[in-house]
Amino acid sequence: MKHILSVLVNNSSGVLSHVASLFTRRGYNIESLCVAETHQNERSIITLVVDEDDKMVSQIERQLYKLVDVIKIEDLTDHPSIERELVLATIQLERSKREEILSLVDVFQARIVDMSGMAIMIELIAEPRKIRSFIKIIAEYGIIKIARSGSIALPCFSADE
Amino acid sequence: MIDMEETKKPGKTETTSKTGSKILLDTLLANEVTVCWGYPGGAILPFYDEVYHSRIEHILVRHEQGAAFAAEGYARATGKLGVAVSTSGPGATNLLTGIADAKMDSIPVLFITGQVATKDIGTDAFQEADTYGMSIPITKYNALVKNVDEVARTTKEAITVAMAGRQGPVLIDMPKDVQAASSSNVHYHYDDLRIPDIHYKKAGLSGDVKKLIDVINKSKRPLFYIGGGVISSETSALLLKLAEKAKIPVTSTLMGLGAFPGEHDLFLGMLGMHGTAYANKAVMECDLIVALGARFDDRVALNVSEFASQAIRAQVDIDNAEIGKRVDVDVHIAGDLTDVLELLFAGLEEVKESLWADHIKELKIKNPLKFNLVKDQIKPQYFIHKLSERTSGNALIVTDVGQHQMWASQYYAINKPRNWLTSGGLGSMGFGLPAAIGAKYGRPDDDVILITGDGSIQMNIQELATAKMYNIPVKILLFHNGFLGMVRQWQELFYGERFSHSTLQNFNPDFCKIADAYGIISRKISHPDEIDGGIDFLLNTKDVCLLEVMIPETEKVYPMIAAGHRYEDMIEFETTSEVGDLFSVVPHKHRVKQVSK
Repeated sequence: MKHILSVLVNNSSGVLSHVASLFTRRGYNIESLCVAETHQNERSIITLVVDEDDKMVSQIERQLYKLVDVIKIEDLTDHPSIERELVLATIQLERSKREEILSLVDVFQARIVDMSGMAIMIELIAEPRKIRSFIKIIAEYGIIKIARSGSIALPCFSADE
Repeated sequence: MIDMEETKKPGKTETTSKTGSKILLDTLLANEVTVCWGYPGGAILPFYDEVYHSRIEHILVRHEQGAAFAAEGYARATGKLGVAVSTSGPGATNLLTGIADAKMDSIPVLFITGQVATKDIGTDAFQEADTYGMSIPITKYNALVKNVDEVARTTKEAITVAMAGRQGPVLIDMPKDVQAASSSNVHYHYDDLRIPDIHYKKAGLSGDVKKLIDVINKSKRPLFYIGGGVISSETSALLLKLAEKAKIPVTSTLMGLGAFPGEHDLFLGMLGMHGTAYANKAVMECDLIVALGARFDDRVALNVSEFASQAIRAQVDIDNAEIGKRVDVDVHIAGDLTDVLELLFAGLEEVKESLWADHIKELKIKNPLKFNLVKDQIKPQYFIHKLSERTSGNALIVTDVGQHQMWASQYYAINKPRNWLTSGGLGSMGFGLPAAIGAKYGRPDDDVILITGDGSIQMNIQELATAKMYNIPVKILLFHNGFLGMVRQWQELFYGERFSHSTLQNFNPDFCKIADAYGIISRKISHPDEIDGGIDFLLNTKDVCLLEVMIPETEKVYPMIAAGHRYEDMIEFETTSEVGDLFSVVPHKHRVKQVSK
């Protein structure tokens, strides 16, 4: 089962190596990993998406806590939360398919961020599920280049009220 | 543990600046480190220049792996922090086996490695290796110190993490320029550390102590399964009181030997792959098994789903990540054993008469350790049995890895904690000699006997020079069978007697001549009549000494449960196939004192 772990860490140069090494060393599967500084310079958030059963995820959490740079781990899986991913995709722009593509962009609430006579770059921020179906559909038009950010997520405060 | 207040706040009184190397050494001294084991080289020269003036004693080994194992041996024997030093590149890579060894067995050792100057890092400079990257998966904490102002804090953090909670190895990688640069940041207080306080505050208790007390009180056939955690938490005395009060028999992992008196009526010896038949039978018969500082590893819980599956399984461990890692447990507590055992002692009912404890005594008598005594052959089991008797189980035994290690674990009844040092988790051949040197240095008043084999000793035989140079009188008992005995045993039993590359025969050196070349006294024996004289030689020689004992290559370690198998599949020694007289012994029972007439 898919779990989203939000891991608050010290922003030290080796922290990503330590987390990645732990996953390699113990054979855990990472589906995506996303890391960036928080509003405090000395802290970062690593968002990990792992596809393991509950028992294994509990083991992963406990192993992560043994790393000295790990401060706090939240498993957002069972908590109402907002999960988002960003994809940038450049696809071929055939004149005949132009209207079709533009309406797709509309349907998915994506944005066009670059365009030439030959190609169009689309940006979509959405839940990973929606991103996956979007990619599947645009693949039919010929993807030239694609980049995905991996998931980030936050728990919903409204759910606690 | 570390005194929380012994270092001053930065800038409070100290104004003088020191080099990075001196700050490191002074931080070690402030934390009661008195000795380090090492080998100099280019990238660690500024550090060695400060060692020249320091009060810390430095022992020069002959290979960096020797430094790592010696520091481990010292730490295992004394409970103090071990320290090993090497240069960059090859020096650091030579330490790695020892670092991994300390990680597997949870031994607190600080590794200090030189590194090329910060401006050269990443350029493939001479003797450059990514020590930081290589040591990530085998340390509790590691750091590449790029700024001399960080040396004091990093050292403090490293020592703290090594000694706290579940202990383990830590590493500080120091570029050459950082070692030589000066800083006025010479002290650090706990308030200034960056690591979360769970890494140095006393572990809290989580889990269900009341439930554990309840299941033990209700159990008819409880069994304690103890591991190295009892030794590192220094709870042997408490455990003994507890086991005697509630009449609970005790079996131990390889790492836990010595944590419970070897000759106690409630003690069953080691369990698992090469455990005693009586310990393994007790595991099959118990209705409750309580793991204390043990981790259900694959040499004990060989088959995860079948291990003590008829019993309630409980686990107490300071490392929360060990709870249920391999084997699911019904009751669990994460926390310090001292706290848990004290609560158990208060909560457990006193048991006067126990059918189960009586049954355990019978189990031992009915299922002794067995081998054949053969005319004109020295059997290693018999030799170790005699050695155990002659030393009353009170010598400090260090082993290498292989058959001799298992025979020692079975036939030498270790009576005290920290008197049994062995490479348990990693199983590193070559551990023995340097670890014995480290142990003897730390415990000069104890008899330190290294039990090794002709394979293992050759992996770090150069350390004979270290023992001799510093006059650290370890006693070396070398079993010579011309084979990598354990490999040979598996090849005989499971690989159709195809002895692929497991023989050293005919090309082994003359070990006595080697000893002689190092100026070490030695003796070689091959006949049973020489056993007593051989033991006399070992015990009475005051200097470093080596006793070479010729043993048959066909001898095997029994009982045995093959990897992944159930306890019911235990293979016991069968006497029919061999010529000789059956010898049975139960090392783990109260010995009736022999009264001489």
